Amino acid sequence: MKLKSISIICFLMMMLGLLYSFAPDNPYFAISKKDVAIKVPKGFPKPYYDFTKNKVTPDGFNLGRKLFYDPILSNDYFTSCASCHQRFAAFAHIDHPISHGVIGKIGKRNVPALQNLIFQKEFMWDGGINHLDLQPIAPITGEAEMGETMEHVIYKLQNDSVYPKLFYKAFGDSIVTTENFLKSLSQFLALMISADSRYDNYLKGKETFTKPEEEGLKIFRAKCSSCHKEPLFTDNSYRNIGLKPDSSLNDYGRKSITGYPDDFMKFRVPSLRNVEMTYPYMHDGRFKNLQQVMNHYAEGNFFGINLDHELTKTVGLGATEISNITAFLKTLTDKTFLYDRRFADPNFRQ
Amino acid sequence: MIKLIPYSLQFIAGIAVLVAAMSFKSIDRPVHGQVKIQLEFYVGNEKLVLDTFTYKNNLGQLYTISKFKCYLSNISLIQTNKKEFTTSEYYLVDEDDVDSKVINLENVPSGEYSSINITIGVDSIHNCSGVQSGALDPVKGMFWAWNTGYIFMKLEGHSPESKSPGNIFEYHIGGFKEPNNCIRTVTLKFEKSTLSVLREEASVIKIKVDLSEILKTPTTVDFPKLSSVTDFNNATKIADNYKDMFTIIEVK
Repeated sequence: MKLKSISIICFLMMMLGLLYSFAPDNPYFAISKKDVAIKVPKGFPKPYYDFTKNKVTPDGFNLGRKLFYDPILSNDYFTSCASCHQRFAAFAHIDHPISHGVIGKIGKRNVPALQNLIFQKEFMWDGGINHLDLQPIAPITGEAEMGETMEHVIYKLQNDSVYPKLFYKAFGDSIVTTENFLKSLSQFLALMISADSRYDNYLKGKETFTKPEEEGLKIFRAKCSSCHKEPLFTDNSYRNIGLKPDSSLNDYGRKSITGYPDDFMKFRVPSLRNVEMTYPYMHDGRFKNLQQVMNHYAEGNFFGINLDHELTKTVGLGATEISNITAFLKTLTDKTFLYDRRFADPNFRQ
Repeated sequence: MIKLIPYSLQFIAGIAVLVAAMSFKSIDRPVHGQVKIQLEFYVGNEKLVLDTFTYKNNLGQLYTISKFKCYLSNISLIQTNKKEFTTSEYYLVDEDDVDSKVINLENVPSGEYSSINITIGVDSIHNCSGVQSGALDPVKGMFWAWNTGYIFMKLEGHSPESKSPGNIFEYHIGGFKEPNNCIRTVTLKFEKSTLSVLREEASVIKIKVDLSEILKTPTTVDFPKLSSVTDFNNATKIADNYKDMFTIIEVK
């Protein structure tokens, strides 16, 4: 009798094990073909990114997501892409003017948000990088960021117990190559599209604005949109907005990329989508909040060398206008994007 | 079974005819051969020895060389009848890697060749279209991450005259955009005799790569004044210098 019950228990345990092995992965992290379909939002331009050279697949996306959240990419095994690109901050680094990387090293610039990257032709504050696939090399090999060499990262991934299998699933080859490594990251980054804010739904007639928000949009279109052009809220240009160079950083922006004196202190016009979440602001994070940014334009105490022509005339912003613009800017917060389960850290158990 | 034999014989005969026809056809096609480009590294008239051998520049300053790497591309061979053979391959030549000093060109149409074109650098398409593999894999250490582009040539070493920490000098030259374009194409004529490409044996082009040229003309590199070029500043000067580093030793 006793033997019988033991064998029944054994049998049940075996069945349970069998069941478990067939159980699907946590559905919160499961990625289907539908999840990786690229949908260009209405009114957005044609993506710069060429998907014919890197088709997004669920396995490629999964691999890219795992890599994005994995500190194996850094020299101290503590810093991942997500250490500085935080999901809840539209992948910027909240409350960090300038970010710190491996072994406490301090960088030079404010972490930009990651969104709508496929519509961007160049990357970084100075536009120094000309392709999304090549972008991750800069932070990975940056001395004050992840402090690695590409060679060593590829070596670590090849010798990991899991990654070769994931590369095989994604690309049909368990040999880890730089090309497949970077393409999987691009697959993850490409899908970060933010186009479902209250502003977007207001344009579609699905959402109403308060009076200040409506007023704010009007002023914004009159005074800000020549550079922060809808629908991406950037014209993808580089401009000098009269910020005095920080003598401790000696960062002169795009001039260090092109060598042209005319590019002195020019930085990328950042998108304002999710701007509420991406504080502090500017390439060096010198402004703590939107009020300070607005004051910069309103006061007009610009550092004169090479100032953008749009700022040579007075912008002219009163206190009410500033508060209305601020109200409008907050309608650009896209909760669908910020809480999109596809971009969550797959290592967390929900 | 017996009945089948004639059929199978017919079949074999058919195959034989087909093979014969195919082999006849191949005679009509141009014959291809192989060309080996052998690179020999020198500093002036001395053979290059990394680290241990001391050389002297035009200004009498002493130096040693610890590293030399460069990208060669768009290699083309020009026949006496002006017909051209071009390869789209990229080659990373590294003084520290014996295999990289021999470039094998396969399927070169047979004929008499009178010159070779070599491009030092990587064209703008390969600098602008995302991640590349093979010789252009960014793991090779010849890639700028912060300002996208390949480093076309690296020359590093030491000179007691250099004011850089550790008395080093380093010239990392790249850039595919004007006015900082460092891509240089050179034509080398086979003055003494033409290069015959035949099917049977590999032909050889021996090229002298004289690294002293990188420091010499038209810009004389003065170590205390210019010990480091690692971005567009002064890069085209070095590029105009490295343009002259190749000469033909012999072709056979």
